[in-house]
Amino acid sequence: MRAVLALLKRDLRLALRHGGESLMPLVFLLAVLILVPLGVGPGPNLLAAIAPGMVWVAALLASLLALEHLFRPDLDDGTLEQWWTGETPVGLLVVTRLFSHWLITGLPVILFAPVAAQMLYLPDRALGTLMLTLLIGTPLLSLIGGLASALTLGTNRGSVLLSILIFPLVVPVLIFATGAVSAAADGLSIQAHLGLLTALLILAVTLVPLAITAALKLNIE
Amino acid sequence: MSQLLKAEQVGFTRGGELVFRPVDVRLRPGQALVVSGPNGSGKTTLLRVLAGILEPATGSLERSTSLAFLGHLAAVKGDLNCRENLSFSVGFSGDKGMEINRAMARVGLAGLGLRPARALSAGQKRRLGLAGLLVARRPIWLLDEPYASLDDAGGELVDSLLNEHLGAGGAAALSTHQRQPRLQTEPERLVIQPAFREGD
Repeated sequence: MRAVLALLKRDLRLALRHGGESLMPLVFLLAVLILVPLGVGPGPNLLAAIAPGMVWVAALLASLLALEHLFRPDLDDGTLEQWWTGETPVGLLVVTRLFSHWLITGLPVILFAPVAAQMLYLPDRALGTLMLTLLIGTPLLSLIGGLASALTLGTNRGSVLLSILIFPLVVPVLIFATGAVSAAADGLSIQAHLGLLTALLILAVTLVPLAITAALKLNIE
Repeated sequence: MSQLLKAEQVGFTRGGELVFRPVDVRLRPGQALVVSGPNGSGKTTLLRVLAGILEPATGSLERSTSLAFLGHLAAVKGDLNCRENLSFSVGFSGDKGMEINRAMARVGLAGLGLRPARALSAGQKRRLGLAGLLVARRPIWLLDEPYASLDDAGGELVDSLLNEHLGAGGAAALSTHQRQPRLQTEPERLVIQPAFREGD
């Protein structure tokens, strides 16, 4: 347990030290929120209709941006191989690393979502659902991204491969999440969407850390 | 006598071929093992197998206590200062050992606690790695080329740290191909043999 706390503390300290990098998700969200209305026109009806998708695409890209730094620096400076020499199960350390990735990329987007919803004329009754889908969905993005990142660790310039691997996997997340928000905006039931999204999260939480551990192991050999 | 680490006929395969001829390794308290062999013979691979980083392809591996592995890569974060790197080592590996300031003074880095690790020279980075061995108490040390990029004084420092560690009931395995360690108790030696290959 102490190892987990030590790792979390160091990850967050490193993230704070790279202040610019950690502000990236928020800056990204802000840029999307300002630029897209300029491009498509500021009509409230149009913006309200595309609001769920815009917030979600921003969350997705924010998560994607930080993936290159998820395991690669640790592989390069030798701190990754140290994970196997300690007494703490590596799976637990993987989950810790994903949690700090979520704290840096997911949480800021969630906290900023109410402001984004206001800026895009999202109906008030859909705000709760937007927050809820982000709360369930952003950890899912960290998990999927973590898997792709671990798998492409061995390739030198993995970013392109990384994006190609991720896109099909995040399509369901995006569909169910934005579907739920749109349904809530129209006053329809959101249970089916949220149920599927939660099922995806449970599946990913159970299996992905194991897969990442195995993928990392392959890469340090 | 109790054994801290016991490996029987461990070998490692790459592409289906053994990297080195499988070996037996036993580490008892107070005992050092020097692994030698030409470049590419598998010294690093053997130490990484013993450390648990690589899965042995043959044989069995048991250990009864925690270990520290110091490899080619310094395993320090360049953006953190020396103190932060060391306090991470303490938290990550559990048992608290020597106090951080004392450990830094011991390895000759006194007064550099706030310097970012990326501003250290290669030799100073090695010394920081050695300080990491001291701040967290782990009975088994696996050192891969501990003398690399260290000056003469650094080499003597490694020897004296090893002597203290062995004297306190620890055990160590180290690989080297340049300087031979000068220890109070004569270390055991293991020469890595290349594996037989088809066509040999």
